[in-house]
Amino acid sequence: MTVWTWLALASAVAVALVAAAEVRRRAATRAAGRRFLRHPTATAGVFILAFFVTTALAAPLVAPYDPAGQLDPVHLQNQPPSTRFPLGTDVYSRDVWSRLVYGARLSLGIGTIAMLVAVTVGAGVGAAAGYFRRGIDAVLMRSVDVGLAMPRMFVLLMAVALWERLPLAVLVLLIGLTGWFGTSRLVRADVLSLREREFVAAARAVGAGPTRVIFRHVLPNAAAPIIVSAAFGIGNVILLEAGLSYLGLGVPSPLPSWGSIIYDGQPYIATAPWTSGFPGLAIALVVLALNAVGDGLRDALDPRKEAT
Amino acid sequence: MTEPLLRVRDLKTYFVTEQGSGTARAVDGVSFDVYPGETLGVVGESGCGKTVTSLSILRLIPEPPGHIRPGSFIEFEGRNLLTLAPKELRAVRGNRIAMIFQEPMTSLNPVFTVGHQIAEAAIVHQSLSRRAARARAIEMLTLVGIPDPGERVDHYPHQMSGGMRQRVMIAMALICHPQLLIADEPTTALDVTIQAQILELLDRLQRELGMAVMLITHDLGVVAGSADRVVVMYAGQVVEQASTGELFARPLHPYTEGLLASVPRLDTRVSQVRGRLHSIPGQVPAATSWPAGCRFHPRCPYAWDRCAVEEPPLLDSAGAEAGTHTVRCWLLTEPERRERHP
Repeated sequence: MTVWTWLALASAVAVALVAAAEVRRRAATRAAGRRFLRHPTATAGVFILAFFVTTALAAPLVAPYDPAGQLDPVHLQNQPPSTRFPLGTDVYSRDVWSRLVYGARLSLGIGTIAMLVAVTVGAGVGAAAGYFRRGIDAVLMRSVDVGLAMPRMFVLLMAVALWERLPLAVLVLLIGLTGWFGTSRLVRADVLSLREREFVAAARAVGAGPTRVIFRHVLPNAAAPIIVSAAFGIGNVILLEAGLSYLGLGVPSPLPSWGSIIYDGQPYIATAPWTSGFPGLAIALVVLALNAVGDGLRDALDPRKEAT
Repeated sequence: MTEPLLRVRDLKTYFVTEQGSGTARAVDGVSFDVYPGETLGVVGESGCGKTVTSLSILRLIPEPPGHIRPGSFIEFEGRNLLTLAPKELRAVRGNRIAMIFQEPMTSLNPVFTVGHQIAEAAIVHQSLSRRAARARAIEMLTLVGIPDPGERVDHYPHQMSGGMRQRVMIAMALICHPQLLIADEPTTALDVTIQAQILELLDRLQRELGMAVMLITHDLGVVAGSADRVVVMYAGQVVEQASTGELFARPLHPYTEGLLASVPRLDTRVSQVRGRLHSIPGQVPAATSWPAGCRFHPRCPYAWDRCAVEEPPLLDSAGAEAGTHTVRCWLLTEPERRERHP
């Protein structure tokens, strides 16, 4: 670690602090924002997320070494944390901190993209089912039941097992496509009540077609459950990806994802716990932060809390 | 007389009830005309089918549970609205026929600015650009008398009062200059002073834009003030239809009579009503089980045995030109019964 990387790390912390403070400042001016802040861990969650996102974006500055570079396989394997290697090195003499930073890119990126896929599909299916009712609703919701009944992990394992060298993009897509069922139920429930609202009738009376009504009048009003399920969704995807990688079936080596770093360090857990421990800690922190933020958002965006 | 703009014939809108307890015949054989440029008042108690009639015209009835029975006929500008394809129907909605809803508080989408919503019809029907649509929205806000339209256009519904929101609804409805405006109890949710303003505004806009207005209300005062002709509805049917002057001067259906007597008046001496305001006894029956015979007979002070058995057709009033004052009541065939009644 050089002075510059320490400086970059300090800046990342500073950026995260500024981001959290800015969120606080903006939230305090609105009722929904104050409900968000009343959640004791929400601000901490925002800070943790901001920190990891910043380091992921600034990975080349914050990481002192090449994440895949084997520095000295003979002398530098499984080194404990030191000033030179803040989180130690793994069995291939790679710097764990650098891998963790680059792994954040992959883990958070996979989480975000898969969640976007899941939320888009979920919102679309939920809106269609809730708005059109009848046959469309029955068919879509029964397929959702089937989807929810399938254990997600095993579907993914099956795909990985059947498809040799599954491209990462396909894996992410699969994670997304197996994760929209819950969202679609939430959205459908909201749409069912929204479609009876007078402003929807007013929009139809103006001559708006179903697509316009759904995308302009119904879905924007169902934003709250979508946002909340997205926040929880990212955390789930990160865990899922970590689980797959931990089984050695997710992100192919030597690409660092948090799950694959744990996988790499797992045989040496007794002698070099830092290799698996720190990415595990990172996963725990991010997932907890996402849950805290999701909880806060749920309280903030729940219109029934308006009165309190 | 000129050709009617809207011709409704034998409109039947039924709802299948959830519990399977039968079919609610909310609108059951309604016929009336709206002529270009006139204001037609549609009056009746809650539950008599006024709103369902208006929603049926634009085919906004939720299906299921509702459906418009075959045999119904709604002709507008020479086309039967009930057989239009969805796309053609959308070209009519908001463009040729517009609608204002009862509740200005809930009829605006909370997440968009009022400018967006006013411009929506223009964007849908005239494919205006965003910028042009915004300019039109500001124009409309000026037309409906909202001060500071340039600023108000970017406000959200929750930043406006009920009266202002109803003005926004009117602006929304009129942006494409429709030929027919259906106003479903446009003033019910508003303060009395605001009511008068909104009615005046509707009156002025009607004259300026030359459109016909179908004014649905339970408030006879509103009808007296703005309608040219009145249709009185009861239990899913038209029971009396006449010009406003004629109806107020010579109400022939006992229900209309009762409605008029139920309006508090400043010029009635208290002794005449024995200190109490008149009210029609009973309630509108459930739409799943309209009474046999004349649907009003259980509440009618004049009813005799024929009324419970035979349903009266719409009969022409003796004193008026055919078709100008029609009444669904057997009293027209035996007017002496009215005199005999205390």
